[in-house]
Amino acid sequence: MKAVKFIIAGILFGIIMTKSEAISWYRIQEMFRFQSFHMYGIIGTAVVLGAIAVALIKKFKLRDFNGNQIVFADKAKTWPRYIVGGTIFGMGWALTGACPGPIFVNLGYGFSVFTVVIASAILGTFAYGFILRKLPH
Amino acid sequence: MMEFIKEPWPWHISGVLIAGVMILLFFFGKSFGFSSNFRTICAMCGGGKQCKFFDFDWKAQRWNLMFLVGAVIGGFIASTWMSNGEGVAISQATIADLQILGIDKPDGLQPSELFSWNTLTTGSGWIILVVGGFLVGFGARYAGGCTSGHAICNWVFYRRSVYIICHSPLDSRIIP
Repeated sequence: MKAVKFIIAGILFGIIMTKSEAISWYRIQEMFRFQSFHMYGIIGTAVVLGAIAVALIKKFKLRDFNGNQIVFADKAKTWPRYIVGGTIFGMGWALTGACPGPIFVNLGYGFSVFTVVIASAILGTFAYGFILRKLPH
Repeated sequence: MMEFIKEPWPWHISGVLIAGVMILLFFFGKSFGFSSNFRTICAMCGGGKQCKFFDFDWKAQRWNLMFLVGAVIGGFIASTWMSNGEGVAISQATIADLQILGIDKPDGLQPSELFSWNTLTTGSGWIILVVGGFLVGFGARYAGGCTSGHAICNWVFYRRSVYIICHSPLDSRIIP
């Protein structure tokens, strides 16, 4: 039962990402060329509504379905990893037209060649694990 | 109703629904972040023996792997029962730009010139699928998160880091 609720949340995510066309290489090209509001509208709406939800959860100290208080972990306030890492990530996003979630949604959609992208992304993560000490964070 | 299911959804509906999934995960006691799954897969495959970064209790991340399985199923459901099969309605400016690169006007969700197995026999296909995938995996972990974790979730947490990560992908737009 515990697993089922996460699978259902994932199914909803996959359907929404497909129906919003956020998994389309065309939409990502359009976004990175600043030629449409579509992707910015999706991310912007999610961010604003999410911010309101987080503020309400904090204000009313809401609890999750297990009865535990919902807490939000702080991210380290540092610059290099976000600028350098974000740029590397952005280049990959522009090339494949898919960030990690949509890579898997595309596979389900029927584009089996995304298994190659998945394997490469795992390899990329593995490579990062090996050289992370040598990188500025 | 049938039309709504078959047609692409406008950005405002999509944005509201994605926020809904994120909030649902909060109430499941979890935080949205898809790219962590790549690290988990490395750990599952025994990466912890070779590298400390992958030496952690990956079983605590099983919920996220279930979410991943769901995302694949969701893509299948949407393509099988919820698609009108029409090309993505991108702007004329983008269509013109892509034509210069040899990519035709959209006739589906993805350009078949790029996302087929034949693509792997070409140099640009390798760059897009293999190098692109590698950069996504490497960059997401370096930055400590991908679009779902940083752009959506952390922005929400009022972290200044998000401004950087949201802007840096935009600065790095490149032509394939």
